Amino acid sequence: MNQASTVKRSKEDLLFDILNYLVLGVFLIIVLYPLYFIVIASFSDPSSVLGGEVVFLPKNVDFSGYKTIFEDTRIWNGYYNTFIYTILGTILNVMLTMGIGYPLSRRYFSGRKAIMIYLMITMYFGGGMVPTYLLVKDLGLRNTSTIMIVMGAVSVFNVIITRSFLEANIPSELEEAASIDGCSQLKFFFKMVLPLSGSIIAVLILYYGIWHWNDYMTGLIYLDDGDKFPLQLIIRSLLIQTQVAANDVSDIESLSDRLKVAESIKYGVIIISSLPVLVLYPFLQKHFTKGVLVGAVKG
Amino acid sequence: MVASKKQASAPAEMLQQKTFKQRFMKVWNRDWQLFLLCLPALLYVAVFCYGPMYGIQIAFKDYVARKGIAGSEWVMFDNFIRFFNSPNFWILLRNTLTLSLYALIAGFPFPIFLALLLNQAANKKFRKIVQTVIYAPHFISVVVMCGMITLFFSYSTGIVNTLLTSFGFDRFFFMGSETAFPHLYVWSDIWQSTGWGTIIYIAALGSISQDQYEAAKIDGASKWKMLLYIDIPNLLPTIVTMFILRTGSIMSIGFQKAFLLQTSMNLGASEIISTYVYKVGLEQGQFDYSTAIGLFNNIINIILLLIVNKLSKKLSENGGLF
Repeated sequence: MNQASTVKRSKEDLLFDILNYLVLGVFLIIVLYPLYFIVIASFSDPSSVLGGEVVFLPKNVDFSGYKTIFEDTRIWNGYYNTFIYTILGTILNVMLTMGIGYPLSRRYFSGRKAIMIYLMITMYFGGGMVPTYLLVKDLGLRNTSTIMIVMGAVSVFNVIITRSFLEANIPSELEEAASIDGCSQLKFFFKMVLPLSGSIIAVLILYYGIWHWNDYMTGLIYLDDGDKFPLQLIIRSLLIQTQVAANDVSDIESLSDRLKVAESIKYGVIIISSLPVLVLYPFLQKHFTKGVLVGAVKG
Repeated sequence: MVASKKQASAPAEMLQQKTFKQRFMKVWNRDWQLFLLCLPALLYVAVFCYGPMYGIQIAFKDYVARKGIAGSEWVMFDNFIRFFNSPNFWILLRNTLTLSLYALIAGFPFPIFLALLLNQAANKKFRKIVQTVIYAPHFISVVVMCGMITLFFSYSTGIVNTLLTSFGFDRFFFMGSETAFPHLYVWSDIWQSTGWGTIIYIAALGSISQDQYEAAKIDGASKWKMLLYIDIPNLLPTIVTMFILRTGSIMSIGFQKAFLLQTSMNLGASEIISTYVYKVGLEQGQFDYSTAIGLFNNIINIILLLIVNKLSKKLSENGGLF
């Protein structure tokens, strides 16, 4: 009887496993296919893509879309701008966040509670779009590169992640030992805390870096000059704003060649603009998920 | 007895008062370097997070740029009354709530479901591949995401319409349809965020003690039974917490995606409070009116959050969110 139940059990489990892998496989394909399609469409002949001939494999491999992109100075200018904004912005982010995250992680720190409340309030209540705009305008930061770097310099969520990490990883005994040896708090922060915080700094660089790279709102609200535009604003005009015009044309024949080119570069634009993130992603995935888990510890 | 206590406490109070300054100086001497480290971030938050709060007063004023924020005249609740009486009010509220409730109801179960399945997948390599792939869409920018949607669902050239016609259906103008908009919005969101959403559930499932599974195995439980009687009950507290978090942010549905997917033809469904605030405020320059609408939205948010927090304190011994 015991044996019979084992057989029955394993049969049931086998069915479960098959179904499980099947469902997961379907899910995998649903997520993967659109991404895969963009890749193959980006170097297929535009007419084949528009005609719906490209489904599983690239057809009539053609790099004219990429060629158009490489010749487009707006895209490169946007790329350059975003690069600068991302690097400088992220450096600022990490400095400010580590600076405030460390004191908040010390249980004896007298300002700890008050500062946490001060930060948490801003998570739930803010001035809103227009008052912030008016302030930035009054500060003279509207339509400057500075606002692109400074905006969002402190994310309270990331401060909380940092605090939780440092609480768990910088034991107070270490600090006591250092202070007995005459090490000041500042010196301890720079000589001990920072070198020991490699993995949380990696998480912060990733989160803030991707935020800057993908940031579209700040440019939309505060910038006028096209030569200051970040990549996301440029690709918006390439990807979405030309779309309505294409939709108004009811059949494929009447699409002009110009429109065809505009359509064909879209896939390439998506690839090019996501490239830095896509290339780094598989290597850094571990850090990304770590951030979520550290953050899940209740603050 | 009572009197003697009073007498005894009087000198103690004096002693405390005397030492307060000393204690403050002691703390300051000990911690001033930590305060110094906090200072840059505190200043940033003061300027860019608290600074704009000063400007909220224009919601109650007739703002004239020339007179400035402080100099403009008070009109009290006129801007709010104008908003509540405008025909847009109900449309905006409906659209905002439709999108967020639909996203919550349709999107919430997916990460849980997927995490349960992933947790049962014994093949580590397969699991790793699935995880790597399903997290990826999380990092796609909103602009690219909306670009993908407009590309795939384009009337004349999109792959979806190509497929529809090849199966003998008529082309459908997705981007110009008010009925299609919520579905596009919500299901693309599910596509993008489900994978990332599993992380927290997978972690919770990973922390279930192995003893429970061992005991179940001895009793002859199948994998399905274990999922039903071990995994799900253990996951329940996390599910409740996540659900509460999501409900609390129902009114703070993102501006960017709705804005980017808007076309003149789907506006009836895609205009939500935050996109309206942007248009009325920054495009049309009605700063006071737009601030009032934004403030209204923010206040509703806070009320929702407080209610939800109170509920969560009642429901779980784990306590509220803050």
